[in-house]
Amino acid sequence: MKRRRILNIILSGGLIGWLASVLYPVIAYLKPPKIAEANVSEVKAGDESQFSNNSGSIVKFGRKPVILVRTEAGDFRAFSAVCTHLDCIVQYRKDTKQIWCACHNGTYDLQGRNVSGPPPRPLEPYAVKVVKGEIYISQEKENA
Amino acid sequence: MIKQFLASSYDWLDARFNLTPLIEFMQHKKVPVHRHSVWYYMGGVTLFLFMVQVFTGILLLLYYQPGTDSAFESVRFIMTKVQFGWLFRSIHSWSANLMIFFIFVHMFSTFFTQAFKKPRELTWISGFALLMLAFGFGFSGYLLPWNELAFFATKVGTDITGALPLIGDMIKTVLRGGEEVTGGTLLRFYAFHVAIIPATFTIVLGIHLLFVQRQGMHEPDYMENLPQEKKKMISFFPNFLLRDALLWLIVLNILLFLAVFFPWEIGQKADTFSSAPQGIRPEWYFMFMFQSLKLLPAHILSIEGEVVGVLFFVVVAIIWLLVPFWELKSPRTKGMRPMTLIGLVGIIFILVMTIIGYLN
Repeated sequence: MKRRRILNIILSGGLIGWLASVLYPVIAYLKPPKIAEANVSEVKAGDESQFSNNSGSIVKFGRKPVILVRTEAGDFRAFSAVCTHLDCIVQYRKDTKQIWCACHNGTYDLQGRNVSGPPPRPLEPYAVKVVKGEIYISQEKENA
Repeated sequence: MIKQFLASSYDWLDARFNLTPLIEFMQHKKVPVHRHSVWYYMGGVTLFLFMVQVFTGILLLLYYQPGTDSAFESVRFIMTKVQFGWLFRSIHSWSANLMIFFIFVHMFSTFFTQAFKKPRELTWISGFALLMLAFGFGFSGYLLPWNELAFFATKVGTDITGALPLIGDMIKTVLRGGEEVTGGTLLRFYAFHVAIIPATFTIVLGIHLLFVQRQGMHEPDYMENLPQEKKKMISFFPNFLLRDALLWLIVLNILLFLAVFFPWEIGQKADTFSSAPQGIRPEWYFMFMFQSLKLLPAHILSIEGEVVGVLFFVVVAIIWLLVPFWELKSPRTKGMRPMTLIGLVGIIFILVMTIIGYLN
């Protein structure tokens, strides 16, 4: 009787071990490996004249989308274009002069603050520099 | 001549596999006839639409190419160049939607006729698993043409899973195949849609059908108490099966009508660096959840609104899954069982949210 118990323990232990040795690699395989990303700290968005007042456009910042807004007064502002609600890409609305997400009707003001709708957090700001008529967006946070 | 050949073939097989008890079982199986019998056909229609999906899906596989540079183009190729490609793709999309619709009808009719009760608890649970798998089919298939609507719907849908506490982020990364919705996500969804979900669905469907065959059809309460000779019954084989077949033929005609006169759009190719266009929406069967999340405020009691919304739906799903194991037995109010009332509230909530979603 005792021998049977020991055998049962060994066999069930072996079975659990076997299951774990099969499942672990499968689960690990499902998790995608991290791909090394070139660390972008600054991108050139284009020429100042390309952007009219009261407009917005999406700029590639490495693998992330950034929204570059030119206000009515002609200032440039840049924010992460990823809505903090559910990951959609936001757009600039000329009529309301706000940043708007079409997915769930969330709005942000031109400081990137979430002002209405479901977004829980403001948009992450990016710094904008204009050097000799060319616009550079960088990751440093604005001190404004 | 043919009859003789068939008879001798049957004898040959019967001698080897002993088929007679199987045929006798089918002939002895009875289906009750009463004023709610029509609901017995809904599961069969769903099964038929699933078979249409498998058939048209295999045809689409012959030309479809996953990948951000080829998915949209290959679907366009199917629809414009391949002979009858437009038809098969349209049937696949329409049939998918009708299948989900009939799953809902089948599920709610099971709920309202209380067919989930003992001894059919596991049939309900396997049916719930099939519903979840069907949602998975719909969600993964929606992305495959790699169009704008689907791209953003997938971003939103996968981001919602990230709102789950503790395991959310891991599920989101596994679903997306990375941090973002990319070509990697498309490949993953392709694998889910054509291999993982179909294999699982087929197994669970087999179990579900086995349960139904083994236990027979559920009879309504008033019928169960009748003496055997007063119950009106028809044979499953061939009577019920022939009626099933007739209904399948009608559904097939509706399907063809929809596919021919309302062909499924392909939309705009997805651009991962463009703003979400207006009118982003998921498939209609996710609309009520989408709309509810849209209406929630940013924060509820200092928890993010979407987290509250997602947890709410998870809890409701678990309660729904466990329907056979709990029951409100308070007396009928206005002639209605409390369970019926709960079901009706659920349906009204889904309908109202869906309508608001489309009106916006």
